[in-house]
Amino acid sequence: MTGTSTDVVVRIEGLHKSFGHLEVVKGVDLDVHRGEVVVVFGRSGSGKSTVLRCVNFIEDPTEGSIEVAGIRLGGGHRTRRKREQIRQLRLHVGMVFQQFNLFPNMTVLDNVTCAPRMAGKGSETEIAQRAKDLLDRVGLADKAREHPARLSGGQQQRVAIARALAMEPDVMLFDEPTSALDPELTGEVLSVMKTLSTEMHMTMMVVTHEMGFAREVADRMAFFHEGRILEEGPPSELIASPRYAETRAFLEAVL
Amino acid sequence: MSDTWERVQLASARIPFRIKTGAVWIALFAFLGFVGSSAGFDLQWIQDNMRYIAGGLRYTMYTALGGIALAVVMALLGALARISRNPVANGIAGFYVSFFRGTPLIVQMFLLYLALPPVGRNLAAKYDWLPEGFADWFLLDVMTAGIIALGLNYGAYMTEIFRAGIQSVAAGQGEAADALGMTYLQKMRKVVLPQALRVIIPPTGNEFIAMMKDTALVSFLGTTVDTMEIFRRAQLVGKHDFKNLEAYVAVALLYWALTVLFTYFQARLERRLGRGYDRSHVVKLAEASLRQRRAAGPA
Repeated sequence: MTGTSTDVVVRIEGLHKSFGHLEVVKGVDLDVHRGEVVVVFGRSGSGKSTVLRCVNFIEDPTEGSIEVAGIRLGGGHRTRRKREQIRQLRLHVGMVFQQFNLFPNMTVLDNVTCAPRMAGKGSETEIAQRAKDLLDRVGLADKAREHPARLSGGQQQRVAIARALAMEPDVMLFDEPTSALDPELTGEVLSVMKTLSTEMHMTMMVVTHEMGFAREVADRMAFFHEGRILEEGPPSELIASPRYAETRAFLEAVL
Repeated sequence: MSDTWERVQLASARIPFRIKTGAVWIALFAFLGFVGSSAGFDLQWIQDNMRYIAGGLRYTMYTALGGIALAVVMALLGALARISRNPVANGIAGFYVSFFRGTPLIVQMFLLYLALPPVGRNLAAKYDWLPEGFADWFLLDVMTAGIIALGLNYGAYMTEIFRAGIQSVAAGQGEAADALGMTYLQKMRKVVLPQALRVIIPPTGNEFIAMMKDTALVSFLGTTVDTMEIFRRAQLVGKHDFKNLEAYVAVALLYWALTVLFTYFQARLERRLGRGYDRSHVVKLAEASLRQRRAAGPA
């Protein structure tokens, strides 16, 4: 891992997460550097989504700490002060969900503008302009006045990406962004994600089984197995010559 | 015989169902009218007195609207408290719901109207540091006491409706709002509550309609002449003229009409709230394009 700690956007240290007696994440350390795309993959139940959800404290870490953009936090009881710290951390993190989670009570444009408006990120005209630019970037400028229910799954996910980008995050988390889509719609979402990396140099953590995307876009891949990172490395190495039998078995199943 | 019956059934099947149910309604009204006229029902008396009885509609409506407004506020606060992890808020809300669901509405009305004033009086007599006029704070007029009792009582029931409505909003919605760095209040106001409203409004409409009818209970507190609602008025004139049948039928019809009216508005509101969720327009678009294609050329 090259670079000084200043280019680390996300630092996960000694992360454990249990749900009741079930330990899902059993000690994960991972640094993500500025502009880097890290693809996280592994069998379902291996803890990869949970790690992602711990990064912005949608799940509370049982042990260990998360550092984003210089804000370092651990788990534990959410006091008023803690809640505000978590909110500050979240302002640096964009998240895209498997089920899109667009707000059905708002138009596409309002979905994209509501969070920046609440956070006071610029004047009303700036926010509106940025939202239009982002919708244009994901190819949906003409859908601004529609309600999400009128869009296809692929279109909804692209709006969700624009919505997260509107907060100008330091890192984007993608939690299986194409798993809920019909096969013919995954391409449009993946290509938007690719341009985020190539054109905007966005730092990204992506949980996905799309190995084609990983090979093309990822700088680094991390294979999760039973709550730990079993191995990691650049896609060229990891896909071509995995060191562990588990990784090989999984790759054979998805490739 | 069975042959004839078969033919009747087949003939009946050709008549739209709504027409048939409508005919049943008309028959029921005709039957009731016949029974009424045989029993000496005095239609003229109703015509003469309806104006006076209906004059109480505004007080019935004031009470119901005031009650539902208070109930909505109580239900919203109650529901947020019930789902909150704050032990004080949660405890108060649990106590409130338990008490107001566990005691009769009429008892609550009397507690507020008759049992509370002595509390103010006695406290003021005992503690002289209480502000001047404290003794009179709990002296409520009948309509105010009725509105507060209705609001608190229905608010307790509606707390559960609101709580269920809030919890029916998909968890992912709250997660998305959290992930975007919204505060709790922003998330509730802009994301969760607007969506919960779709679930909350239909049963709230039912509660409002039920409350409109329960305003009749206020008359037991002894409504003063200038704020008499329809039930009290019907009771008075009916008793005075020995026209109890006519008076209670008249007031029943008024409540019924109000209920029908508000059920209609409620249905319209529900449809309006459904916008942005239903995909019926997609079906319509598909049908339209299909029709176009059919019109364009023979299949």
